[in-house]
This record gives sequence, C-alpha cells and structure tokens, in this order.
Amino acid sequence: MTKISRLKNNTIYFDNSATSFPKPPAVVDAVVDYMTLVGANPGRSGHRMACEAGKIVFQARKNIAEFFGVKSPMNVIFSSNATDSLNLAIKGILCQDDHVITSSMEHNSIIRPLKMLEDRGIISITVLPGDDSGIISTGELDSAKKNNTKAVIINHMSNVTGIVQPVAEIGKWCKKNNMIFILDCAQSAGIIPIDLKSDSIDMIAFAGHKGLYGPTGTGGLIISDSFDVRKMNPLKEGGTGSMSDKTVQPNFLPDMYESGTLNVAGIAGLSKGVEFLNNMPEKLKSVQLHKVTLQKYFIEKASKRIDGFKSYSASSGFGVVSFTIGGLSVSEITQRLSDDFDIMSRQGLHCSPLAHQRIGTFPEGTVRFSFSVFNTIYEVETALEALKIIRDGK
Amino acid sequence: MRESSVILFHSSNYAMWAVDVLNKNNIENKLIPVPRDLSSDCGYCVMVGYDLIAQAEEFLKRENIEFDRIVDLK
Repeated sequence: MTKISRLKNNTIYFDNSATSFPKPPAVVDAVVDYMTLVGANPGRSGHRMACEAGKIVFQARKNIAEFFGVKSPMNVIFSSNATDSLNLAIKGILCQDDHVITSSMEHNSIIRPLKMLEDRGIISITVLPGDDSGIISTGELDSAKKNNTKAVIINHMSNVTGIVQPVAEIGKWCKKNNMIFILDCAQSAGIIPIDLKSDSIDMIAFAGHKGLYGPTGTGGLIISDSFDVRKMNPLKEGGTGSMSDKTVQPNFLPDMYESGTLNVAGIAGLSKGVEFLNNMPEKLKSVQLHKVTLQKYFIEKASKRIDGFKSYSASSGFGVVSFTIGGLSVSEITQRLSDDFDIMSRQGLHCSPLAHQRIGTFPEGTVRFSFSVFNTIYEVETALEALKIIRDGK
Repeated sequence: MRESSVILFHSSNYAMWAVDVLNKNNIENKLIPVPRDLSSDCGYCVMVGYDLIAQAEEFLKRENIEFDRIVDLK
C-alpha cells in the first residue's frame, strides 16, 4: 500500500473506465522484473531467458483462462486492447452478405468495424434500441433475426451508463438459434464474473488495462472451448516461432492469431493484475461491493447537494456514473475538476455516440466518474465538495 | 537424465503448457532448444527421462495437449 500512496499523492483519479490507475504494486514489479531480469523473446530462441519469457506468457494465459472459465490456456489470444480483439473477431468471422445484430449501447470499437463492413457492402446490421436504458431482450432478437444472421455482437457493460446486458439469456438465445455470440467485456472484465461455457458465449474481447489492472497495450480475445476456430480468419500473418519451415500461417490456437512478438512486459503485469483480483477476500464480490458503495454514495449525495445534478446511471451500478449539471458544460466541469481540484474525470461522448443518442445526451455528452477498488469514500466526498463549488460559481 | 526422450511440439506455447502439467504431476523435465536434426522449428522442446516418458505422454494426452512426436535421444 505504501507504493500505491506514493504513486497517487493527492490526485484523485476517477477515469478507471478508460484506464485504471493506480496499478497494484505486483503489476508494476512484474513489468520491471521482465524488463530488467528477463527481457528475451518468448517462443523463438531456446535459451534460458527465452524460456523464462515463455513461462511468463504461459502463466498469464493460464490465469486468464481460469478467470473466464475456459479449459484450454491456448484459447487465450493476446492482443493490444479490446478494440484490437473485436476487430479480429468481427473481421475474421463475418463474410459477404452476413447479417449482424448489435445494440444501441455500443462503443465505437464494435460499431465502427461493423459500419465499415456495411459501408463496403459486405454485411448488413440491425441495431436494437433496447428499453429506456438500452437493455435488449430476446423478444427484440427474435424480431431482428433473419435467415442470414450470423452473429450477435454486443457489449456486456456500457462504458457510458454502466448498464449490464442479460448475457445468460442472450447466450441461450444464440445457442438455440445457432448464432455466434461475441461479447465485448472491456468494461465488465474484473467486475462481473464471466463464464464462457455456462453463458454460452463463443468469444469475449477484454482489455487488460481497465478492470483487470494490467498495463496499457494489453488485451485479448478468448475463444470458447467448443468454438471451431476454422470459422475465424486471422487478420495478420507472420512470424510465430512455430512451424518455421512452412510459408503458410499455422492453423492452431493461439499461434494462428498471434503473429509478431508479444507485449511480454505488459502481459507479465496483466497476469499479476488477474492474480490481484483472485486474491481479494471474496474475489469479484469484493470489487462489486466496493464500487456499488461508492456509486450509491456519490449519486445520492450529489442529487441532494448539487443543484441541477442529473445522473444517467443507476445508483446500484458497478462504478460508472455519467452525469450532467444543468447550466454547466461538461468540458467546463472536467477542466475545473482537473485544474483546480486535481480530480481526473472524463467528459464528452466516451467513444459511444449511439449510447448517448439512446440516453438523450448527444452531442454534448456527460461527465463520467468511473471508480476502481483503490478509490475511497473520502475521495468521493472531496469530489462532491468540488462539484458544489463549481456549481455555485466560486 | 542421461537416457532421455524429447517431446516435440508444433508451438512452444504447447511446450510451456506441457511443462506446467508435468511439473504438477512431479514428472522431472527440462526445456531445451529444439535439436536441429529433429525439427526446423524455433523455440524449445521438453526433455524427459526415458523411464518417465510413457507416464509423461499419458498426462499430456489426458489434458489434450497436442504434441508433434516423441523422439529418443541417442
């Protein structure tokens, strides 16, 4: 905890949905240890340092596979972030004349690759509006289904409001209708338990640098044990350290989708981030309880104390609060929070124009506070006082 | 491990997985660079004492860890 305090100083960081900060000390130590003690390339050479690097990567695969209920560590494909993973899933699977169902709460990491394919005349898309908060139902899926529908691609937890889609029901529906279910877990990984098998999810994209407390530049795509990888083409080919006598790409996991040297420093840290969550007293229940407590406190107090405060998130959510304060621009609020109070938050559309259209905050957007396990009630109270001062024009 | 066999894999990712499983089952093993006369692959393979190789093979099959082949070192 000493190291965390030193890193944080008096800064209050409420932008954890973008990238979590600070990181657990073990994450930082793992990155430094790799950079200073190991340093070599995994899976290429056969010397001691290369083996050590390979062990770090394997341990990370194993930790992540167990964390998401996948039996084979080989089904964990490392990438740079959730966007990278979603591009692989979307462009690797969808073919000419396929139809895709998605929701109105999507981040641009899903909607932009889909729109690009649509604009090029390759696929068609149906965007389900969902209920007032954007939550979709199996009834809507029934209505949107076409003969050529290949996949349902949605985010698990909104980065704007924190709403959570009913994944188990959607997974069951996809299985029944023989459709591929791709879930964007950029926001939910490390907060909500996810089990690919029990929820009938074919693949999930995750970010390593958010709720899993790893470094930036880490993420991955996890493929269920039952998914046939021949259905997904790689987006890049190249050196994998395997089958080096062949000039064609290997056709097995994970090498098929992992050309080029991996971000071992980042992966070393990510592995420790997952271990950090596994070592919490009640694992993700502890994370959820902490975030719900902070969110509830913030929304309830702000609603009473700050004139014109409006939250677009439920008070029972997992630490993502979008809000506006009547009469003040969101950029003015975040700038004053940063400049005058050293409180970091995010304003605008959060790369999710559809979601803001759905909740009626487009194009101005909202201010977003997103909490981590390292935030405290004291910090929330400090932010409440700061917002009151900004509101009252002092 | 004077009399040993090596387990060759299509990818070093599987070699790492095999080491994890063998260690868990107390099968002494060692990662070594792939001998060039056996394979043109980059990376490493797993060396196991000749007396333990049948057991090692059984553990790998039980965990569905794919390997290329097993070769006795002379």
